[in-house]
Amino acid sequence: MQVPGPFEYDRATSVDQAIGLLERRGETARLIAGGHSLLPMMKLRLADVEYLIDINDLHDELGYVLVESDRVRLGALTRHRELLESDELAAVLPIFRDAERVIADPVVRNRGTIGGSLCQADPSEDLSAVCSCLDAECVIRGSTGQRVVPMAEFHRGPYETAVGDGEMLVEVRVPRHPDSSSAFEKVERRAGDWAVVSAAAVVTMAGGVIADARVGFAAVGPHTVVIPAVSELLRGEAPGEQLYERAGAAAAEHCDPTTDMRGTAAYKRHLVQELTRRTLRRAVQRISDGGS
Amino acid sequence: MQVTMTVNGTEVTREVEPRLLLVHFLRDHLGLTGTHWGCDTSNCGTCVVWMDGEPVKSCTVLAAMASGHEVRTVEGLAHEDGTLDPIQQGFMRCHGLQCGFCTPGMMMTTRALLDRDPHPSESDIREAISGQICRCTGYATIVRSVRWAAEHPDGAVPAAEEEPAAAEPATEPAATEAAQPVPTGSAS
Ligand SMILES: Cc1cc2nc3c(=O)[nH]c(=O)nc-3n(C[C@H](O)[C@H](O)[C@H](O)COP(=O)(O)OP(=O)(O)OC[C@H]3O[C@@H](n4cnc5c(N)ncnc54)[C@H](O)[C@@H]3O)c2cc1C
Ligand code: FES
Ligand code: FES
Repeated sequence: MQVPGPFEYDRATSVDQAIGLLERRGETARLIAGGHSLLPMMKLRLADVEYLIDINDLHDELGYVLVESDRVRLGALTRHRELLESDELAAVLPIFRDAERVIADPVVRNRGTIGGSLCQADPSEDLSAVCSCLDAECVIRGSTGQRVVPMAEFHRGPYETAVGDGEMLVEVRVPRHPDSSSAFEKVERRAGDWAVVSAAAVVTMAGGVIADARVGFAAVGPHTVVIPAVSELLRGEAPGEQLYERAGAAAAEHCDPTTDMRGTAAYKRHLVQELTRRTLRRAVQRISDGGS
Repeated sequence: MQVTMTVNGTEVTREVEPRLLLVHFLRDHLGLTGTHWGCDTSNCGTCVVWMDGEPVKSCTVLAAMASGHEVRTVEGLAHEDGTLDPIQQGFMRCHGLQCGFCTPGMMMTTRALLDRDPHPSESDIREAISGQICRCTGYATIVRSVRWAAEHPDGAVPAAEEEPAAAEPATEPAATEAAQPVPTGSAS
């Protein structure tokens, strides 16, 4: 039986109060949201926490999906299941439903949050790949105010983020573009498992050609990555199978997978190539189907 | 620290360490050993209980986090008069269990599924239990048990009214099913 090491526990009653508690205890304090990454780590003694601040009571304040004309705002405590079930979100950013269907299992999705997923900064985290690909922004709040950090700067390395001591992630903002759509695909060894490789694609069309496109991956490097070479290759081109093929080859060339228990580096490169093709194809199809 | 929660309709208060997991609180402090515990990685799902009506893995929730909430375990699944929940009846009739280790978690998850969706498809049922591992039955009979419960939302008719042929329901589930009126609109 594995149990976490001893710690003190408090419950936050508001975001400001949580930040006050975090500030007072500095680096010995940790927030707990869904707990589905942190508690297993504490049980395995991979995380050593002296002071745990439970933010689940802030769900009213931080659990929301707000679709605005030019962006979508997601509260940090929005649970996987809420993202999965939001029809409004699926209508404008179908990539979230694609991804949430294959993240963990329904019982884990009842608890895990988007904030916890991004702050965990696990290189295999599917939502991190999604948010990187969408060029999302993270709103980080501290006692002196809030700052907005783009996803590209949010992850500093595995399990390391831009959130400082005395700060918390409160919101994720995703820009919306007209004539744009997105898709997500994942290969896993069994239902509810972490990705062998997962891929996210976002495409914007203009006048029959690709105006902008990004593909991002989880589990192929030290953090979730967007591959700029693929965006360059796609920009200005008319979509089609041959283009997706070339994009897949470029993605496979520029990613950095390692051989581990989930598969060899060569197999993961093969998956990167194939999943790039599938996600691009689906995102473009969704634009021509008239969805956003 | 002191935790207070409602477990199966009864309020309980205990002094616990903050690091105590809900699964151990239920088993060791309240003696509710129906909730099993089978892994340390949140993977097996045998510890599933409800918190505020939703299934959660109680090995990945602190007792402290459950304080102030309503928890329901497998001991609280049967009706107050002792009648088994249709899910429990389904597992009995359709061989949904062998060793029974995964069964409490499976029943809590699938009861919650039926509460949300009274007519789930086979793939809905498989999706609902995808976070749960059974080492014995191979899932086919679990799925059949849940389907039985969906088709019998009020459970079986009392034994006295049943056909003699249904007296051994576990061996002849088909005969029992045939004797029951199938509610309209059930999953096809
Ligand atoms: C069996 C299982 C399977 C899984 N499979 C997958 C999978 O296939 N794909 C996948 O992507 N994920 C998977 N996960 C992870 C799951 O999605 C987690 O819920 C998620 O990674 C963490 O979210 P959480 O809310 O539980 O975070 P927690 O565990 O509560 O927190 C994680 C970290 O983030 C910090 N944190 C949390 N919220 C904030 C905040 N607002 N501001 C600052 N810091 C914060 C915490 O201090 C902690 O360091 C799986 C988990 C399990 C248990
Ligand atoms: S004991 Fe909780 S998931 Fe295995
Ligand atoms: S009945 Fe034995 S593990 Fe499922």
